[in-house]
Amino acid sequence: MFNALKGMLVTLSTTLRKPVTAQYPKQHLPLQERQWGFPALTWDGEVGEPYCVGCMVCVRMCPTQCMSGTMIDNPKHAEGESTRRKIIGDFEINLGRCILCGICVEVCNFDAIEMSHEHEISHYARNGRRVDLPMLLDMGVKYQQESNWIPPTKKKAAVAAAAKAAAEGGAPAAEAEAGEDTAEKESEA
Amino acid sequence: MTEAQRLESVDILVNMGPQHPSTHGVFRMVLWVDGERIVDCDPHIGYLHRGSEKLSEGELYSQIITLFDRLDYIGNFNTELAFVGAVEKLMNLAVPERAEYIRVILCELNRISSHMLFYGTMGLDAGAMTPIMYGFRERERIQNLFEAVTGARMMHNYFRIGGLREEPPDDFVARVRGVLPAIEQGIEEGDRLLTYNEVFLARSRGIGVLSGQEALDYGLTGPSLRASGIPDDIRAIEPYSIYDRFDFDIPIGENGDTWDRYAMRVEEMRQSVKIVKQALEQMPESGPIKAQVRGIPRPPKGEAYFRAENPRGEIGVYLVSDGGDKPYRLKIRPPSFANLQALRPMLRNTYVADAVMVLGSLDIVLGEVDR
Repeated sequence: MFNALKGMLVTLSTTLRKPVTAQYPKQHLPLQERQWGFPALTWDGEVGEPYCVGCMVCVRMCPTQCMSGTMIDNPKHAEGESTRRKIIGDFEINLGRCILCGICVEVCNFDAIEMSHEHEISHYARNGRRVDLPMLLDMGVKYQQESNWIPPTKKKAAVAAAAKAAAEGGAPAAEAEAGEDTAEKESEA
Repeated sequence: MTEAQRLESVDILVNMGPQHPSTHGVFRMVLWVDGERIVDCDPHIGYLHRGSEKLSEGELYSQIITLFDRLDYIGNFNTELAFVGAVEKLMNLAVPERAEYIRVILCELNRISSHMLFYGTMGLDAGAMTPIMYGFRERERIQNLFEAVTGARMMHNYFRIGGLREEPPDDFVARVRGVLPAIEQGIEEGDRLLTYNEVFLARSRGIGVLSGQEALDYGLTGPSLRASGIPDDIRAIEPYSIYDRFDFDIPIGENGDTWDRYAMRVEEMRQSVKIVKQALEQMPESGPIKAQVRGIPRPPKGEAYFRAENPRGEIGVYLVSDGGDKPYRLKIRPPSFANLQALRPMLRNTYVADAVMVLGSLDIVLGEVDR
């Protein structure tokens, strides 16, 4: 009898504390900074084109083969506006197949794909979760704005530069340096 | 028909599952019952079979980690560790110190979260609705931490051959330190709530008894084996990773009944907290987190067997490589599958009402049983 009472005391001691649960559809708990939603393509705002050059390494490495895409010649390169010779023509991810493993992000050499915070994508249509290039870029732009995105390959330099600028008390130099990434990428392509 | 024949009782066949709320997954039991007493039990498995072993033969080593996440979907880190451990053993890779410590911390936290789920469902099986709320509350703290480190709450895909995917966030150590006291408190609170409750004791003491010899014969491992009084823990008898650097006890039971199997897991949570604390103290503050490995690892021709202590018991990975980028053969020895063998002898001569408790005390995960 005594032990059952001890158990009741535990219940009693927690009756007055604040609830830890959230009423889900109406109320959302905050996401962690690294939270993984579905993959999205990033947008290079300086040139006005996607980061993706269509090298297809993510398509090859995807364990569920949920992606497909094509590579085309970049018209902006011919006009001299962009340093990317090739660019993604069209791209599709079947998010219904995606298992959110993050391998595509890991293998990408061009900072072109990121795990966005998008995670509520229920749909009534059977193929409603197949997303094409414009939708993927929308998701990407939203994520970039939300998280103050810096290209991962430039992140270290940007963080160091920001720290240096803060130490010197001058204007932040990180912004300026982040744009000089394209020349290097083109040589890799 | 004589009078005796007319009054003769026959065993009734009762089907439990696969859509039974208390079978912890899609598991089906066919019971032969004589009144309330179980005469025999026939377990049916395979509803969640995905062919992980065969699928592995067609995937790159880096892609197989995602399959291992989905084997034991409650102890993901531990299962990932078993696979990367096997490949590292075959490649003879030395994993950086810091990576090993982070792995151990995550694995032990995962063990706590797995046992917390067990604690909750055990209460449910016994008819107590409160423990699952407490169990999930503590589990949530750990899951949030995992989400902050890996980005995912369950299918992390965080361990890599030779180390880790990426550096954990800067406040990782502080967050683990912050979450530990709450977990410790939660364990004690849960312990007070359920362990020595008279109703729970009456439901679990002396039910589903398995002697030490029987348990060994059936190939039980993990807490289910230790409950029968055999001190067998891979972390202690054959330390892998860096488990030889920690000081922890192996709890063993006396009777091998349902209550003992439950109590083992509660005690193990305390030991895991102890290990995490030691690991946090010993962990180097900086250093590499991944060894030098080629983008697509190709282990040399040969074979390796690696075993690790999962929350449920011994997980073994037998890997045969022909020198290519995909394994030639990958055999998984899942703990739940072997533990489930003991269900039949344990259920004989118990009551139908206890069947769910006995099954629950084995703590099976069907993703692993069916592979």
